[in-house]
Amino acid sequence: MNPNNYLVLAAILFTIGALGVLVRRNAIIVFMSVEMMLNAANLAFVAAARSTGTLDGQVAAFFVMVVAAAEVVVGLAIIVTIFRTRRSASIDEASLLKY
Amino acid sequence: MTAALIGLPLFGAATLLLGGRRTNAWGHFFAVAMSASSFFVGIFLFIQMLGRSGEERAVGQYLFDWISVGRFHVPFGLHIDQLSMVFVLLITGVGTLIHVYSIGYMEHDPNRRRFFAYLNLFVAAMLLLVLADNYLLLYVGWEGVGLASYLLISFYQHKPSAAAAGKKAFIVNRVGDVGLSIAVMLMFVTFGTVTFEGVAAGAPQAAPSHVTWIGLALLLAACGKSAQFPLQSWLLDAMEGPTPVSALIHAATMVTAGVYLITRAHAIFDLSSTARTAVVTIGAITLLLGAFIGTAKDDIKKGLAGSTMSQIGYMILAAGLGPAGYVFAIFHLLTHGLFKAGLFLGAGSVMHGMNDDVNMRHYGALRTAMKITYATFGLGYLAIIGVPPFSGFWSKDEIIHAAFGQNIYIGLATLLGAGVTAFYMTRMMAMTFFGEARWEKGIHPHESPATMTAPMLILALGSAFGGLLLVFVGDIEGWLEPIVGIGHSDHAVSNTILIPVTLLVVLVGAGYGWMTYGRRPVPVVAPENVSLLTRAARADAYGDALNEAVFMRPGQYLTRALVWFDSKAIDGTIGGLSAAIGGLSARGRKLQNGYARSYALTMLGGAVLIAFVLLLVRL
Amino acid sequence: MNGESVIFWVTAFFAIVGAVGMIASRKAVHSALWVAFAMVNLAILYFSLEAPFLGTTQIVVYTGAVMMLFLFVLMIVGVDSSDSLLETIKGQRLLAILFAFSFGGMLVAGITSNGPAKVVGLTAANTESGGNMQGLSQLIFGKYLLAFEATSALLITAALGAMVLAHRERWTPRKTQDQLQRERTLSGHPTPLPTPGVLARHNSVDTPALLPDGTASEISLPAPFRGTSEVESGPTEVTK
Repeated sequence: MNPNNYLVLAAILFTIGALGVLVRRNAIIVFMSVEMMLNAANLAFVAAARSTGTLDGQVAAFFVMVVAAAEVVVGLAIIVTIFRTRRSASIDEASLLKY
Repeated sequence: MTAALIGLPLFGAATLLLGGRRTNAWGHFFAVAMSASSFFVGIFLFIQMLGRSGEERAVGQYLFDWISVGRFHVPFGLHIDQLSMVFVLLITGVGTLIHVYSIGYMEHDPNRRRFFAYLNLFVAAMLLLVLADNYLLLYVGWEGVGLASYLLISFYQHKPSAAAAGKKAFIVNRVGDVGLSIAVMLMFVTFGTVTFEGVAAGAPQAAPSHVTWIGLALLLAACGKSAQFPLQSWLLDAMEGPTPVSALIHAATMVTAGVYLITRAHAIFDLSSTARTAVVTIGAITLLLGAFIGTAKDDIKKGLAGSTMSQIGYMILAAGLGPAGYVFAIFHLLTHGLFKAGLFLGAGSVMHGMNDDVNMRHYGALRTAMKITYATFGLGYLAIIGVPPFSGFWSKDEIIHAAFGQNIYIGLATLLGAGVTAFYMTRMMAMTFFGEARWEKGIHPHESPATMTAPMLILALGSAFGGLLLVFVGDIEGWLEPIVGIGHSDHAVSNTILIPVTLLVVLVGAGYGWMTYGRRPVPVVAPENVSLLTRAARADAYGDALNEAVFMRPGQYLTRALVWFDSKAIDGTIGGLSAAIGGLSARGRKLQNGYARSYALTMLGGAVLIAFVLLLVRL
Repeated sequence: MNGESVIFWVTAFFAIVGAVGMIASRKAVHSALWVAFAMVNLAILYFSLEAPFLGTTQIVVYTGAVMMLFLFVLMIVGVDSSDSLLETIKGQRLLAILFAFSFGGMLVAGITSNGPAKVVGLTAANTESGGNMQGLSQLIFGKYLLAFEATSALLITAALGAMVLAHRERWTPRKTQDQLQRERTLSGHPTPLPTPGVLARHNSVDTPALLPDGTASEISLPAPFRGTSEVESGPTEVTK
């Protein structure tokens, strides 16, 4: 089994996540897309850990999960706050900071 | 005592200017009294001076330290010597006479008080000029007379021409004043002092080039104040002022300040032949130019103004001759001050009788209507053309004599000037007092009041006998010798030949003038179809046109070009740059649309670029 | 075709289906479910990649905690709301697809250009200290202790930040018991509101209670459901 396959899968998932960030307006879905990108990175880490025969890659993936959890907590709190004031979770509506 | 000379008229000016309308009733008498008392103080000092022997006659009066900065010390000190004394007597004497004359002349003027205040101010400033013991204090007086001149030329403020003439005099004088200030600065740099004594002592040790430059700067100053070529244009316009002003300031005293300056700075000019040559050249040009202008003027005052230029040209020329000429420059200055003031007062008297008409073509046959004026003007006329034994003869002949001693061409120029002077003065006499009456309707010429005729009579006496007195009683040469020295250059032409030749030239000039204007009728309207030379003379020898073409137009073009350059090139560059940046930002800011997704897209674009580059590097 | 390959191809397919489903769903809830699906598949991949601890954590943390948090927030925001997929920013979608494809294409090209890498395998690393978890903990509490401690600070800060952000500021003074009592008495309904008809007639909270006279009581419903009920009032004729 070619380990590159895992990396290719990670690349595809990452790209799909990035596309989701770019095309979706719902803040929650955008967030999910970000999570998807992080997961793609995790997959690459884990696959690389197996290829190199060390556990450091898995530790990195573990830390990514921790940081992602913290990020989700803060991000969702921000979304809730925005929703409370705007009655909408669309990130396009929060576009007053412009020219 | 010396300070009182200046203080009295200054007090008069201050009283009249600050006192306001309360002084209207007696202000003019007060001014006359101040001027006259100054004159009597002058007489007193003169008698005191006579009591001392030659070397001790110069006395100084130290008043206070004026400026004391580092190495730069300027005392406020007065200095009265034989040269200053001559001027003091001329200024206060003629000044007082003209004050008296003005009582009559300005009788009906609503601003009479102001006029007398300015006259007093002028006398004070002029006295400060001649009594200062250093060049910087002299500069103060120099500017003071400039101010008084400006105020008095534009005295009839309601006339735009008078206002313009005042401004013109002021501006042209500033050009000369720059020369004086440069000279003072150069003196300080070269000698470390600006006192007359210090400069005279230091001049022989100084670098010749410095001395020459100081001399040329002083000459520029003299040109401005004394209306010498090329700064002569203001004097003709200055005739817009009241006639007593023309007589006092623009004929007898202020315009001769340049001669005083050159004589006072003789230590500088004695050492620089270049500067002396320049002075003589300027004097010669101006004496011919002024006389030339005088021949074509129909305005009696402007004719006299041209004559003044010409006569000052004689003085400047004489001063430029060095020790051989200083005495005669001052001598001619004195006699000229007497007879020219008399002539101007006579002109004023004529105008007074002719309802302020200045055009000589409207005069004629006034000798019967104005007998006293005719007589005094006639004496002045004889004096100026140099008929012996009248005063002009003594001084002018000496200058011609000295000029021939210097250089044959200079001598010929002075001789020619004498002839032309005789011509235009005869023309003026003939057009004013002889021929048939060409008076306009409703004009009834009458003799002027006694306040006017009395000063005229006194000045006429001075014109007639001043020269004789100064030569035989006053011994002007011996009087001034301690100050400026006497140098007898080897005269190429002896006086025994020169005097008859000069008289012949004068006679030819006067005869031609009489033939042209005395024997033939004078047209009331100035003929249009005249020679180019006449046209040039009528246009003041194109002095104004020259200034306009050489200074004003290029200046205007320069400023216009600068304005254009500023608004188009500089503002265009700056404005264009800012507009370009503004336009760019106006478009660029559209990128900041506030959509987080857009920004994320940009980020991804950057990531694509980086990935592409990395791939390129690796492959 | 060994077992690992089979697992990879199957889970890879499902993971991609889940990811595509996430970005293609109109409803956020569906997206969340697709994400959870994709993540479970990734967890399976972790297991097959000799990372049982991470696979477990993936399921517990992501599908269990993070995705549930997403669902909670979705409930606050509105479960039913469905997004329009119409693009409003000019050129955004086209450029996004273009960039995404070129980026992914270049990543794949970069990865595949290396050729197959040698796989060391984790058997040795995992057995060295007695198992995968033991090996990981040796690294986390040894080599990466500082980073681990930093994550604790990060988590505390994140929790505090979430609290601060979600905290609602009180703009009006708290009502006193007296005021509450007064309001209640004046509201026209001083007694407690009737309970919904749960259990009595139906097992859903959107069922109104039936009053003794047989009419359905709207006020028995929680505020969000009022007016949505389709339950008919019962018979009004009461047999005597």
